[in-house]
Amino acid sequence: MSNVWESVEPRVYESQIKVPYAWQAGETASRFLLTLKNEKKFLGKKCPKCAKVLMPPRKVCPYCFVETGDWVDVSDEGVIETFTVARRDTGIMPLKPPFVYAVIRLDGADTGLVHLLGEIEPGAVRAGMRVKAVFAEERTGKILDVEHFKPV
Amino acid sequence: MARRAAIVATGQTHHRSIRRDVNGQEIINEAVTRCLEDGELTIDDIDAVVIGNMDHFEGINYVDCWSVDGSGGFMKPTMKLTTGGTTGSTLAIAGYHMVASGAFDKVLVIGWEKNSESDTTGAINTAFDPIWDRPFFAGAIAGLAVTAQSYMDMYGATPKDAARVSVRDRRHACLNPHAHLRKEVTIEEVLASPMLADPVCLLDMCPRTDGACAVVYAAEGIAEKLCPQPAWVLGVASRHMYSYVSDADFSGGALFSMARASQELYRKVGIKEPLKEIDVIELYQPFSWAGLIWIEDMGLAKKGEGPRLVWDGVTDLGGALPINPSGGVISTNCIGATALIRSAEIALQIQGKAGDRQVPDVNLGVATGFGGCLWTDTLAYGKKKPE
Repeated sequence: MSNVWESVEPRVYESQIKVPYAWQAGETASRFLLTLKNEKKFLGKKCPKCAKVLMPPRKVCPYCFVETGDWVDVSDEGVIETFTVARRDTGIMPLKPPFVYAVIRLDGADTGLVHLLGEIEPGAVRAGMRVKAVFAEERTGKILDVEHFKPV
Repeated sequence: MARRAAIVATGQTHHRSIRRDVNGQEIINEAVTRCLEDGELTIDDIDAVVIGNMDHFEGINYVDCWSVDGSGGFMKPTMKLTTGGTTGSTLAIAGYHMVASGAFDKVLVIGWEKNSESDTTGAINTAFDPIWDRPFFAGAIAGLAVTAQSYMDMYGATPKDAARVSVRDRRHACLNPHAHLRKEVTIEEVLASPMLADPVCLLDMCPRTDGACAVVYAAEGIAEKLCPQPAWVLGVASRHMYSYVSDADFSGGALFSMARASQELYRKVGIKEPLKEIDVIELYQPFSWAGLIWIEDMGLAKKGEGPRLVWDGVTDLGGALPINPSGGVISTNCIGATALIRSAEIALQIQGKAGDRQVPDVNLGVATGFGGCLWTDTLAYGKKKPE
C-alpha cells in the first residue's frame, strides 16, 4: 500500500458544505418557548391516554401515538437523572470543556430535559441532586433562555 | 411464509484510520471484489444491491448512484439506506428481507465509510434534534457516558470493570488481520488513558475508521449450491425508540431497545437460555461499558452481574460464550460498515473461516446493531437451515 506513493503524490480535495437552515418549531414548541421567554415558566403537555406529562412538550405522544391534550405547569426545579462531565473539546460544544451535561427531570414532568449544569464544581455533581433553572437576562425564545441549572 | 435465506459470501477491507490510496468508490470496490471472490461469484450473479453509509461523513447524498464503480450496481436495482449507527444492521435486515420475500434470489449488501474525510463529531451532530438536543450537544461520547454513569450509580460497577471489556476486545483484535487497532492494552493503561466524558476514557472508546464490508444473501435452493456452508438467517428483530435524547429512561443505564429486540429474537429462534445456547456474539459495542450493560439487557446475566461474567472469562475467546472475537467496534469503526461487519463475522464463524479468531463449533451466532437515540437491531445466524 505504501509503495504506490513512490510514483504519485496523493491529491486531497478540500472543501466545505455550508447550508443555512430555518427549522420550524411548530405551534406546540413555540408556545412552550414563548412562555419560557416571557414568563420564565416551563409548560408540559399531558397525554390523554398514558397520562404522562411530556416536557419538552409534543403535539403527539410518542408512546401512544395520540394527540396530546392539556397544557400542564411544570416546576423550574427538578432532579438530576444522570450526567457526565464533557472533557474533550470537539469544536462544536455549547461551552468550553470541562462542563456538565445532564438529563434533568423537572417536578411535574414524566420525561427528562437535556441541559447544562452551572455554579457547581464538575466533580461535586451526583445523580439525584436537586437543581433549579437559572434564566438568561436576555431571552429570545429558545431552550438556552435557561442558561443552566444550579444546585438548590 | 418467507423463504429461508443465508449469507453465502463475505468480504471486507483491511480497515485503517485513513486510506489515502483509494477514494470512496474504490474502497467499496475492494470489499465487493473480495466478497465476490469469497463466494466464487461474478457481478452478473447479483440481482440487486443495497448500500449504506452516513451521508454527512462524506457529504455525498446520492451514494446509490455515485458508487456504481464500487458496488457493481450499474443497471441493477440499487438502493441506499441510512439509519446512523445501525446502518449496517439495517442493510443486513433489508438484504435478508429482499431475499426472503421472494423478490430477489441474490442480493449484494454493502456498508462503508471513509470517516477520515470529514469531521466525525460535526457529522454526528446532524443526527440530533436541532431545537432541543443540538444546543447542548457534547459529542456522541457524552451521550453514551450518561448511561455508564447511571449504571455505576445503580449497581456499583467501576471503570475497572469496563476496562476489562476493553482489554478483551483489543486482545481479540490482534488475531484479526482486518481489524484497525491491533494492540493489546492492560487494565492500567485503559484507566490511565485520557478521560473524555466521565467515566469514559479514550481506550474505552471506538476509533473512527476507513473501511468497507460486503455480504451476499441468497435464497434457499440457491444458497446450498453456491456455498458449502451457508450462514442461515434464523431470525431478525429491530426496535426503535425515541425522538429526543432525554426521552430515554436512564435509570440503571439499561438499553430498553436491546432488551425488547433480544426477547423477540429469542422467541422467533426458539432460544430459551441465551447464555447456554448462543455460541458466539458480535456485539455492536461502541464503548467498553456497553459490554457490561447490554449483555444484561440481552439476558446473559442478571442486572448488575455483567461484570462478573466478563471477569470470569466467559466472554473471552476460549470462554463459554465469546463476545467480539473480531475485536469488535472499539477496534474497528467504519460507521456505515460497522454493524454489517458484525453479521459478516458471525457468518465467518459459522463457516469455520475465522482464522486465528475462530470459535470452535459455532452452530448459533448473534450479531447486533446500535444507533443514535438508543435503538437496536439483532440478527441470529445458524449452521443448519431453519425448519
